[in-house]
Amino acid sequence: MRNRFAEVFYELGSQDSRICLIVADISPAGSIAKFRSEYPERFINTGVSEQIMIGMAAGMAQRGLRPFAYTIATFALYRPFEMVRDDLCYQNLPVTIVGIGGGVSYSTLGATHHAQEDVAIAMSIPNMNIIAPCDPSETAEATKWCATQNVGPVYLRLGKAGEPDLTSQAIDPWQFGKVRRIKRGTDVCILTYGVITKSAVELSNRLDAIGRSCCVTTVPTLKPLDREGIASVLSSFSDVVIIEECVSRALTMEVKALAFDCGSRCAIKSFSLKDEFIHIYGTHDDLLSAHGLSVETMFNVLKS
Amino acid sequence: MTNSAKGESSRGNAKIRCRNYRRKILDISQKVSALHIAPAFSCTEIVDAIYNEVMRIGSQPETDDIFLMSKGHGCMIQYVILEERGVLSSQDLELYCKPAGRLGAHPDYGIPGIAASTGSLGHGLGIAVGQAYAEYLKGTSLRLFCVLSDGELQEGSTWEAMLMAGNLKLNNLVAVVDNNDFTGLERMSTGHPAFYPLIEKGQAFGWDVEEVNGHDSLELVTALKKLSDKPRLIIARTVKGKGVGFMESEPIWHYRSPSGTEYEQAIRELESDLS
Ligand SMILES: Cc1ncc(C[n+]2csc(CCOP(=O)(O)OP(=O)(O)O)c2C)c(N)n1
Repeated sequence: MRNRFAEVFYELGSQDSRICLIVADISPAGSIAKFRSEYPERFINTGVSEQIMIGMAAGMAQRGLRPFAYTIATFALYRPFEMVRDDLCYQNLPVTIVGIGGGVSYSTLGATHHAQEDVAIAMSIPNMNIIAPCDPSETAEATKWCATQNVGPVYLRLGKAGEPDLTSQAIDPWQFGKVRRIKRGTDVCILTYGVITKSAVELSNRLDAIGRSCCVTTVPTLKPLDREGIASVLSSFSDVVIIEECVSRALTMEVKALAFDCGSRCAIKSFSLKDEFIHIYGTHDDLLSAHGLSVETMFNVLKS
Repeated sequence: MTNSAKGESSRGNAKIRCRNYRRKILDISQKVSALHIAPAFSCTEIVDAIYNEVMRIGSQPETDDIFLMSKGHGCMIQYVILEERGVLSSQDLELYCKPAGRLGAHPDYGIPGIAASTGSLGHGLGIAVGQAYAEYLKGTSLRLFCVLSDGELQEGSTWEAMLMAGNLKLNNLVAVVDNNDFTGLERMSTGHPAFYPLIEKGQAFGWDVEEVNGHDSLELVTALKKLSDKPRLIIARTVKGKGVGFMESEPIWHYRSPSGTEYEQAIRELESDLS
């Protein structure tokens, strides 16, 4: 994801001189290095100073530029939180905050590096837009949208590296603000977003194999949420499963509230990170398993 | 023994200890790749001097001096020293970054010997100011040693803490800056020249400032032992990755573990430096 973001960013930045990248002492991956050497004045490193990264981005956007602020997700959103809220969201400026390692993929670095509640927090700020792509090609689409939009601030939640392609056979195209079916099925529908979509697809294949035809629908835009699209899922399936690598105050609660509001009768099962800090170190999968998000655990819950 | 002979012998002991610590960290890197070697090697002599020469550690934790690793990603050096002192076990190091263990790549409050959860840069000094002020209110005589990276001095929060410590005249607080002139991405003096001068900045914020060679244990110990009526800021000039030539001042080694052959070369260098 990081690399695809970098490639697309480089292309867009080469064509549009308003596009800038501000990093806070993070080695930019892939083609960003090329961007830095070709357009040194549009690549700004604030050092380990996330508040000025966001503050500067706000000022630059007010004067007509298109800044992207880029660092590890926790340091992009939490550290400069009030700058995000007041400078970007309150003033409603077209700045993209790129958070790397959304979720708990920095799995040996401890809770200071876990963006386990980032989507929930970002969702609660007025004017904020949130996009969490599930694979490199959704990342490319989202990056293009961010660079050309006039809507307002965006939190672009990315993973790290090595995410597989999940959407080249998708049924629906990527569209800002819309849910997207990436795999067909008739009995169960999984709603998910971000890196954990890979597990959702695996899980759906295992459900198919026991005769429960399973659709996978991604929700790449968490805010504004595609209420119509989700309502249609709720009315078309008897079983809906929500999987998110975030605490449940994000997609899970939104979908459950919506189901209540539209009088949906479908059964909803949800899997999300617990409302607990993680004191475990290991692989990304080790951490997800500890919170009940392994494919095996979810399958065992759902097969009965 | 004359004073200078004593100095030479304690310098020699520190050198042997630091060599062993570095070797232990390299050994761990061959089992788990998730560790920050160069950041730990940069402050090896600093953390060694604080724990082994300066801190007063007795049987009562309530009155022991405090060590707070603000540059949390450098914690490997603290872990190996805590293990040597019996505060952590060898099994703790064996299980570093494994689900069955309890040590991760950043210090976690609640683990023995760890004064604060750090890992997000620029938090440690604020917490240290709070702890130092609490001890002042309690009337204890313990001292608090806080190790900061120079990158942390790019965070506004560190300067808020600097101001507050100066306002409160916290003379029980000693901050040591591991001034290796590197952050993760680039050399400070090239990328952020306004970072310097540092001594004058510290003085202007009400600190008693001293600059030393951060790999010279004797200079460090002398500076660390000095008392003042103000908070003490020790700017330790260091080399990131110190001790292994190919890691020194090379940004890629910020978070990378050596291959088998690199590991062997690194061990040879550490050994030969002592002869
Ligand atoms: C608030 C925050 N921003 C970013 C990071 C990511 N990060 C880890 S180490 C580092 C910089 C390392 O440079 P420095 O702080 O000078 O430490 P040293 O050179 O001693 O390793 C960065 C940016 C972080 N841990 N915390």
